[in-house]
Order: sequence, then C-alpha cells, then structure tokens
Amino acid sequence: MVTTENKIEQRSMMAHLMRRAGFGATQKELDTLETLDYEDVVDELLKPGQSNHMSDELILRYHTEVHEQRVGPWSAKQWLYRMVTTDTPIVEKIALFWHGIFATGYAKTNQARALMVQIDMFRKYGLGKFDILLEELAKDPAMIIWLDNQDNHKGAINENFGREILELFSMGIGNYTEDDIKECSRAFTGWTLKNAEYMSVRAMKDSIWPYGRISWHYEYRDSDHDSGPKTFLGETGNFNGGDIVGIISKQRAAAEFISRHLYDFFVADEVPVPQWPYTPPRDPEAIKLLSDVYIANNHDLTEVLRVLLKSDFFREARFERVKCPVEYVAGCLRVSNIVERPTLLMNDAVSVMEYMGQSLLNPPSVEGWHEGKEWINSGSIVERVNFAYDVWHNSESPEVKDVTDRLASRGTLDSLDAVEECLDFMGPLLFTEETAKQAIVDHVAKQGVIKFGDQNSDVREKAENRISEILALIASSKEYQRC
Amino acid sequence: MAEIKDKKLVVVQLSGGNDALNTVIPYNDENYYDNRPQVHIDPEKALKLDSELAMNPSMTAIKRLWDEGKVAVLNGVGYPDPNRSHFRSMDIWHTAEPTKVLTEGWIGRALRDLDPKGDNVLGGINFGRGLPRAMSCPGVPVASVGDLDTYGLFPSVSNASDRNDILNVFSQMYGRGDGRDMVSEFLSQTGEDAMVGADILSEAPAKYSSSVEYAANPLASSLRDAARVMFADVGTRFFYTQHGSFDTHGGELPVHSKLWEDVSSSIGDFMDDVREHGHAESTAILVFSEFGRRIKDNGSGTDHGSGGVAFLIGDSVKGGMYGRYPSLKQNDQLNGDLYANNDFRSLYTNILEEWFDLDPVSIVNGTFEKFDIFE
Repeated sequence: MVTTENKIEQRSMMAHLMRRAGFGATQKELDTLETLDYEDVVDELLKPGQSNHMSDELILRYHTEVHEQRVGPWSAKQWLYRMVTTDTPIVEKIALFWHGIFATGYAKTNQARALMVQIDMFRKYGLGKFDILLEELAKDPAMIIWLDNQDNHKGAINENFGREILELFSMGIGNYTEDDIKECSRAFTGWTLKNAEYMSVRAMKDSIWPYGRISWHYEYRDSDHDSGPKTFLGETGNFNGGDIVGIISKQRAAAEFISRHLYDFFVADEVPVPQWPYTPPRDPEAIKLLSDVYIANNHDLTEVLRVLLKSDFFREARFERVKCPVEYVAGCLRVSNIVERPTLLMNDAVSVMEYMGQSLLNPPSVEGWHEGKEWINSGSIVERVNFAYDVWHNSESPEVKDVTDRLASRGTLDSLDAVEECLDFMGPLLFTEETAKQAIVDHVAKQGVIKFGDQNSDVREKAENRISEILALIASSKEYQRC
Repeated sequence: MAEIKDKKLVVVQLSGGNDALNTVIPYNDENYYDNRPQVHIDPEKALKLDSELAMNPSMTAIKRLWDEGKVAVLNGVGYPDPNRSHFRSMDIWHTAEPTKVLTEGWIGRALRDLDPKGDNVLGGINFGRGLPRAMSCPGVPVASVGDLDTYGLFPSVSNASDRNDILNVFSQMYGRGDGRDMVSEFLSQTGEDAMVGADILSEAPAKYSSSVEYAANPLASSLRDAARVMFADVGTRFFYTQHGSFDTHGGELPVHSKLWEDVSSSIGDFMDDVREHGHAESTAILVFSEFGRRIKDNGSGTDHGSGGVAFLIGDSVKGGMYGRYPSLKQNDQLNGDLYANNDFRSLYTNILEEWFDLDPVSIVNGTFEKFDIFE
C-alpha cells in the first residue's frame, strides 16, 4: 500500500535524482515520476536515445553570433540552451562531467568550434566504455592543441598529453612512473592534426571569415609514429596509443579514479582532486563497489552509473553537493521554465556563470575547476543570490503559475503553510535553522493570509506575485546553494 | 598633525596586451620606424620624457604627473619564457608564477597576510563584476562591485523599505545556528560577509563629495567608485579594476590612442581626487598589462608579443625610468619581441615589502631583486 509518507519520500527522491542526473524537475515532471518505480526510471534515464531540445536553427535566428562558433561564451550560450531545454538532461550532465575532468579551454584553442565538437564527443561516448572515450579524447583536435600533441614527434617527444592522460584523466598521481609518462608519450607520437599547415597559414592571417573558425581534423601519421618497443605499466610491446588506452583502462587505479570522480560529481563533494592521493575517499566502500562494477562490466560507464544511482549512498546523499554555477543557473532556468523561446536573458545567464566563477568552455586550467565549497566566496554568493531571486520572483514563470494553481485549491493559505508548501516545491528543502524559515514566514505574514481567487482574477495575480516572492526567497537561501 | 593612513594599492589592469612600444616610445631609435612602417607614433606629437623616450600623445594627464616626478616607468617588464596567450599570461601575472599553474592570486595572499582572520570583509575590492584571479585565495573575503550605487544583494528590489525587509530575511537565513555541517557554516559566514560588506559600502556614496569631475568612460567610473570607497575609510587596502580591450591586431592607432586617453584622464582625475581628500601620500597606482606586442607591425595593428611596460604612480613614488628599455636591434630581439629584462615579481616584491610591510617571498613564490621605487 502506498502511504502518504511513502509518496512524499518517492517524490523527494525523484527530485533528488533529477537534480543530480539532470538540472532539476518541474512539478509536472515530478507528478509523472512519483508514480513510477525508481529503478525503472534510472534504467530509462540511462538509455537516453534521441534528444529533443530547442533547435539550433531557432537559437541562431535570435543569436546570430552563435553561428560563428568563435568566442567561448557565445558557444557556451548554445550549450546552456541545450541544458535548459533538452528532454535528455543526463546527456548534458555527463558532458559537463567530462568537461570538468578533461578540461579543455578556449584560452588556448582560441576557437569555440573545436570545443563544441569535443562536447559533442562527450555526449556520444560519455556513457560508454571508458577505453573508447579515452581513445576518442586522444584523437580530439581541441585536446591535441590544448596539450600540444601535434608537437609530440617520433624521436622528439612532447610529454604534455602523455603526462596528463595518466595524472588528470585516468589514474592520478602515484600510479605510474616518469618512465611510464615517456613511454606513453612515445605511443601517442603521430597522433596529430590533419590540416595543421593550412591552419597555421589561416592563423597567421588571423582570419575568421567567411565561415568563422575552420574545422580541425585528427590525423594519424604513421611516418611520425614511434613504433619501437615500449614498456608501460609493466607490460612490453610495440604499443600504439590504442594499446596504451587499453592498458590504462584495465588498471584498478583507473577504476578507482573514475569511480571517485563519479562519486564527487553525482553523490557528494569530495576534497579537491589534488588531495586525493593523500586523503581517503569520503565513502571508501562506495568507491570499492563502483570500481568492482567497472571491472566486472568491461569498463562500461553506464553500468557504473546505474549501480551508483540505484545505491543507498546515492539516495541518501541529498544536498551533499554545492551546486556549481552551471547547475545553479541552468537549474533555475529549467525549473522555473522561463526559457520557452530564445531570449536575451541567456546572454546575462552566460555572463553570470562566469561572474560566479565558472566560465563554461573555458576552465582555468587542465585541472578543471575547484569545486564544492570553493565555488562560494563573498563575491559569488552575491551573484548567485541576485540571479536566483530575479529568476524566481517572476509571476510570468510557468512554474510559478503552476505552483500557485496547485495551492489555489486551499482557498486561503496562512504564511506558515505557504512557506512550508513552497519549501516542498523547491526541494523539498529542509532549512537547518528554524529561524530561517520563521524569517520568511514573518515576512509573508505582514501582508496577511494569501487569497487565491479565480483563475485570471486580480486576486490570483496578486497570489502569483506573493508565491513567486516566497520561492525567490527560498532560492536565495544557503540550503538552495546545494543540491 | 595629519592622521597617518593605511597604505593602499590601486591596480589598473590593461586587458588584451598593451602595445608598450606605442606607449613609451623610443622616438629616436630608427629601428622603431623600420619595424613600424605603419603603426608608429609621429615623433613630433609624442610627449618627450627624455632624449630617448616619449609618451603616447594621448597620455597628457600621466605626462603631467611625470613632470611632477610622480610616475615610475618600468620598462621591459615580463617573465622568462613568455606566454602569448592572453588568459595564461594574465594568470601568470595574477598568480606570480610563470611555470606552474596556480589558483591563488598574489593580492589574495597579501590580503591573507595583512588580515589572517579575514576580519575586514572589504580588504580587497574589485570594481567590475567577477573576481580577478589575482584576488582569489581561499578564506579571504573580497567584494566585487559592478556599480557602487546599486551594489549589494537584491538590487532589483527598487523600493527601499521592501529591500530592507528582504535583507532582513536574508540575514536570518544566513544567520549562524547549529549549522548542519561545515559547508553550511561556511555558507553562513560567507553570506554574512557579503551582507556586511554591502551594508558598509552602501553608505560610501552619501559620504562623498568632491570638486573633481571625472572623465566619461567606464574606467573613470570605476576609479570614482574606488575613490568613494577609499574616502569612506572602510579599511580597503587593494582596489582592482581593468580597462580594455588593448588587443589591437588591427586598426591600432586610433583605438590605442583612445584607450590611453581613457586611462590617462581617469588616472589624472583620480589623482586629483585623492589629493583633494588627503589620501595622496598613502595611495599608489599600479598599471600593467599581460604582455606587450610584437616589434614589427602587421600593416594596421600588432600581434601578441612580450616585454611590456608598467607604471607605478603616486605622491609617494619616486618618478623616473626603472629598468633598461629593451633593445629593438634584430640580434637583441626574442623571436621578434622585446626581451623582457625586468621580472614583474621584482615589482611585486617592492610593493609588498616597502609599501605593505609584508614578507614577499611566499607571495611571489621566490626571492627577486627589487626596485627602489617608493620615497
């Protein structure tokens, strides 16, 4: 029998799942989700199939600059639209996950087209087998430029990619030697760009016309590849890059490294990555479980994520992460449901993520962003609160109207009930301190009970405005900074 | 006796890579004209500083300060193995570290040393939105002010009494109770810092009056905001702002001239203002850019180079030329760029040690020969 308590818990858990595996859910979406079996929902999420989202053609008609794919923030805007409007948010979430780890930035590539190609690659391979993803990464033109692999030649290696693939992309410090880095770099010689010479001519003219930045293509040059024998992580052979990726992917260290990243991004904030070699995981058993699943399922990331999302440690970890600016901004826009068509608001939304410390498509370095608590400082908190307050204090938001309609059946609502209901809609969120809730209640009470009146009446309009203010205040709370 | 004021640094960042050669011009060097057939300054119009060097004609206000002996010109400033990416090179200047990628900024570290407990939430303020990495350091509160007149939480709430009510709610939402965990405590602390900072800053505009009329450009507005905060005596030691874009690949001459007109007039106005308010002895202005530009022009502009020029300006500054002007001779060039012979960390060392009385070594990641710029 489904009890009321079970139903509330079911809705709460679905909201949690959608915040983590996506960018949050509207009340209407939760109405459907709460009737479904949790494990079935996870299984469905993990076979996203074809995405439906606001069409790029429509976006380009309003934001003509996006078409050039030249400047980081312009293309970031296109990605943000995708996050806010897609019906397969997990695809964008996983792309964001890899973007944070395989952090490639506009600062050096100096073109956004190649970065968007890389993000597309994450969409396509990000939930697949890790070996394949890593090999695609090594062939990705933006990554080649970002870590100088076009300068990695037979007889004259450049270790940049060879080092980072081990340190930052797959295993972490302490699991390989300096010799392994050299051998790994040798194996990736000849993995370069096809049109490097043409690009360099174009770059000298610094020309972006007529089609914006040109496409970059991967090319394998056998003549520049060092095909000699190599010893890598204890194995010896005439390894090429693909062999190296295979050896890396089967290491327990890789299983644990990826598991810890998944835990950090989907379950609960870990300490910053540079401390991982010295600080045990927050939940060592969870990491062990996920690593075992990774090994047992031939490095299939979907299977790891399936176990993660169905686990008790995931279900219990509510509000254990500080929202990154992208989650915060995309979440506000998606759940308030205000981006029904292209809007200039998106220009501000992209800038504001940057003011909050996360410039999408332009991470500060190959180490990605410092996440968790480090997102918060006295400058970023002002930006976060002001943005969320303005998005939610908007009675034109379809979600605000929907929430108001749901409450209207109550006839009138006193301020305590109104605030408690709204806390449920916004999370459900539990304020740590009773005084925090009381502050909103007292504020709302100044204007008396909330009357709803009839649809489209002045009374209803006033109610929408008052409800939107409550939602906006909740969105300004410290609890809402987490997900 | 005049009250002794805390010393302050105002940083003006020239974003995009300022063309040093057309800022402080080697007007008697034939190599300059050979390399810059199109993009050079007419020597007749340049503002002569000595027999070799002259300022860009649009830098009249800074030239006036130079004549008063208040401008230190730092020639050939940079770091070894220059990076020509805007972002990376700017990060290097911000973190005082050219080889490793660091995330803590030099000003953030200085603020931590000046106020280890973070008692003053307004020790460092950026004027402009976002936070320059120079000021970023875990546990160091800093404010970022887009527009002082509307700065703070909930600026969209126009009715003052409504806004007060909402701020009151905010204050209770972020008030420290038992706290669920450390992150919750941290959010409380940060929210409180932000609110206290905004509160204090909201009073600055009303306290300000000045006979100085600032030029009409965004940098002048930011520096006026900085002045208003400075004169409110809220304990701010670092003021940060930026202007640009100096990325003059094409059509350089008119653009670069306008940019320097903005920078020079704003700094002139700001200096007048700090003098009028008795802060001139305790204020120094640092002007820098992430890199200079190539020695050869490209027909209408100049591409990314190395070896820049920086300025330190103020009534406590010993005016003059610091550092040798890099040679433009073919054999002395660094792949077509000026060879930077003065490490920017020497300049930072000087500022930190002499001006702020701090140990510079841990802030600039090493020991550097220092200039002797302050009185």
